[in-house]
Amino acid sequence: MAHAAHADHADHEHHGPPKGFIQRWVMTTNHKDIGTLYMVFAGLMFFIGGAMALVIRAELFQPGLQFVDPQFFNSMTTAHALMMVFGAVMPAWVGVANWMIPLQIGAPDMALPRMNNFSFWILPFAFLLLISTLFVPGGSPAGGWTLYPPLTLQGGDALPMAIFAVHMMGISSIMGAINVIVTLMNMRAPGVTLLRMPLFCWTWLITAYLLILVMPVLAGAVTMLLTDHFFGTTFFSAAGGGDPVLYQHIFWFFGHPEVYILILPAFGVVSEIIPTFSRKPLFGYESMVYATASIGFLSFIVWAHHMFTVGMPLAGQLFFMLTTMMIAVPTGVKVFNWSATMWKGSISFEPPMLFAICFLFLFTIGGFSGLMLAITPADFQYHDTYFVVAHFHYVLVPGAIFAIMAGVYYWLPKWTGHMYNMTLAKWHFWMSTIFVNVLFFPQHFLGLAGMPRRIPDYSTQFAEWNMVSSIGAFGFGVSQLMFPIAIWQCVKGGARAADKVWEGAHGLEWELPSPAPYHTWESPPSMAQIEHGAPAH
Amino acid sequence: MLRKSAFLGAVTAALAVLAAPAHAAWSGLNMPVGVTTLSGEIHGLHMLILWVCVAIAIVVFGWMIYSLVKFRKSQGAVPDTQMLHSTKAEIIWTIIPVAILVAMAVPAASTLIKIEDDRGAQVTIKVTGYQWKWQYEYLDEGFSYFSTLARDSDAARQLDSGVDPKVVPNYLLNVDNALVVPVGRKVRLLLTSQDVIHAWWVPDLAVKKDAIPGVMNQLWFEIQPDKVGVYRGQCAELCGRDHGFMPIVVEAKSAEDYAAWVASKKPAPAAAPAAEAAAPAAAAVTTTPAANAG
Repeated sequence: MAHAAHADHADHEHHGPPKGFIQRWVMTTNHKDIGTLYMVFAGLMFFIGGAMALVIRAELFQPGLQFVDPQFFNSMTTAHALMMVFGAVMPAWVGVANWMIPLQIGAPDMALPRMNNFSFWILPFAFLLLISTLFVPGGSPAGGWTLYPPLTLQGGDALPMAIFAVHMMGISSIMGAINVIVTLMNMRAPGVTLLRMPLFCWTWLITAYLLILVMPVLAGAVTMLLTDHFFGTTFFSAAGGGDPVLYQHIFWFFGHPEVYILILPAFGVVSEIIPTFSRKPLFGYESMVYATASIGFLSFIVWAHHMFTVGMPLAGQLFFMLTTMMIAVPTGVKVFNWSATMWKGSISFEPPMLFAICFLFLFTIGGFSGLMLAITPADFQYHDTYFVVAHFHYVLVPGAIFAIMAGVYYWLPKWTGHMYNMTLAKWHFWMSTIFVNVLFFPQHFLGLAGMPRRIPDYSTQFAEWNMVSSIGAFGFGVSQLMFPIAIWQCVKGGARAADKVWEGAHGLEWELPSPAPYHTWESPPSMAQIEHGAPAH
Repeated sequence: MLRKSAFLGAVTAALAVLAAPAHAAWSGLNMPVGVTTLSGEIHGLHMLILWVCVAIAIVVFGWMIYSLVKFRKSQGAVPDTQMLHSTKAEIIWTIIPVAILVAMAVPAASTLIKIEDDRGAQVTIKVTGYQWKWQYEYLDEGFSYFSTLARDSDAARQLDSGVDPKVVPNYLLNVDNALVVPVGRKVRLLLTSQDVIHAWWVPDLAVKKDAIPGVMNQLWFEIQPDKVGVYRGQCAELCGRDHGFMPIVVEAKSAEDYAAWVASKKPAPAAAPAAEAAAPAAAAVTTTPAANAG
């Protein structure tokens, strides 16, 4: 049936992608091409940001300063975070959304294709600007990715460049988010009701609302930094009646929802993959939707848990402790639902499932340390130590990034029409999983034992675990080279992928041929396809 | 096969590292219990939540691992595709976490309230952060001094200094002039900064608070009477190039020794540096008077 639907297309005016690099890639308004561009860009940023992380871990391999000046070290921690958050994870999710949302809801494209093109093509310029700060007088921003004043205001020529880069990233994200919301609200094929959408669409819908609500807040915060530095305002300077802590409140009002922007689409992808390879519908679909929405709401009222040490009133500390602990409830619901999906399933362990299972365990560990961090009196000890570094890397690396890899290995055959090298993908998985733990687990110990984060050198009592962590970092870094190799091989060739690549898969994307033709769902899916594709719930 | 060889590789690598540093004290795995009236309680809270998380992990991970082993397709598992949701299960796994959280929140809130009760301080010291040193002002006694990274650490920490940090005593955790406080007294610190935000943290005292320009923060601690000694910490808020090089050393003295030390530091003309020699040489900390007195 899917083939028949496809055969019609060839007769129409659309004959596939335009010839010529500029027409195909620069001027494209095709959601699949734009999705590919986003993901290639994200991969590039992942490796640049990863190289920066390796500079950090090389310097921390043993005590003493061996390789870099402390100022450059601070530039590396700052740039690594900005590249990974805004350059790697967010664009990767937008890329997957571009590819999959239209396929999953039976839409021919994203709702606003030209804006889609624009929102992508801002990004290379934003990051070119950011990376070029490494070469300006004074060096690139070294005040941490949170850009706290007054420290960040000590930056040189890099400051306005970094701020403008952040503005551009924000504009890109807002446009991407508008596109996702409009597409999901208006372009669903008849019969694809909201509560029939796959969870990836649901989590992205909520993510997109978070983006629209908080990116302007970040833009406002950095604009105030700009005017404080160049135009004599004193928003964040007590000398002029301002307050440095005000910046932190504004920043984290953006920053906390931001971490859910990174992780909610991961929840969506995992909610697709676990049912597929358990050969069983997702357990508690509706409670998953409600849990996601609750997490989205709670993310707006917990921000000050990032700043318990600034000296807040007791009532404020209690409020933010309790709201933060509450997040454990909907997150727990999700973990329990995934576990219940595997219960009484028929489980197989293809690469996407391996990454998803690893996500389940290691993201939960990151959740536990998050719960510990919520306990304010204990947080006074954990705050700004390697315990925090371990926590957020557990939720972001084996959390968000493993989910991206799971998603890529899940949908890659649909995108390319070929199966990838399963052995290589499994090697990639096992090496990543082992080394990510060697890399980040010891950082819990370092933090508890008293090692602050963002220091280029440390007391000798921390030497052993730092060495282990650095070995893990290099192992992890080298392992990641398998990922582009596996993808490239799959693009070039390989066994033909079936339309429904995975035996247990459900969803409209599997009703289409593999590779997905350049234009899909030009006529909406039939009710039979929707019934067939939609998981029962 | 694949799994086994990869695992063995990692184990070998880990063992090699474990075996390498002969002097290694793999002790620093956990938060110190600390030496103040509240640090033990904070440590207890940390251990409580840790064990709660471990218990939950055993149940949840146990459930997942059981499923992953029991319901393998390769073992002929047949999926139960009718299992869609269960209101009862969903209520249970909402209520139980809420109950656990409430049980956690009560002791946490109680400790937090104690931490914030700063009444009745007996000694007040103003702490000012600078890039990259600390200034301690004994407000009641009328003297102050700066505290910077010890010279041997500073020499060793230069890029390619050629000095092995392992031979430097208390590398990066030693200063020229320590903060001296009495044991058994409620000591209040007033924290501020002259440039950027710093944070004053000593793990054994279980206190950390930001020193913010234009803001006066405060914290307090009371070291247990039998805990005379030297406690070390670091700046915990990124404050620029030498953020990693502005340690904090607290020397806790008995009431008599503290009084003698204060007398020696007071700008009164009779103050004799000789009093210094009488003080117990607790550690490698040297408190050179006069020279750095601000």
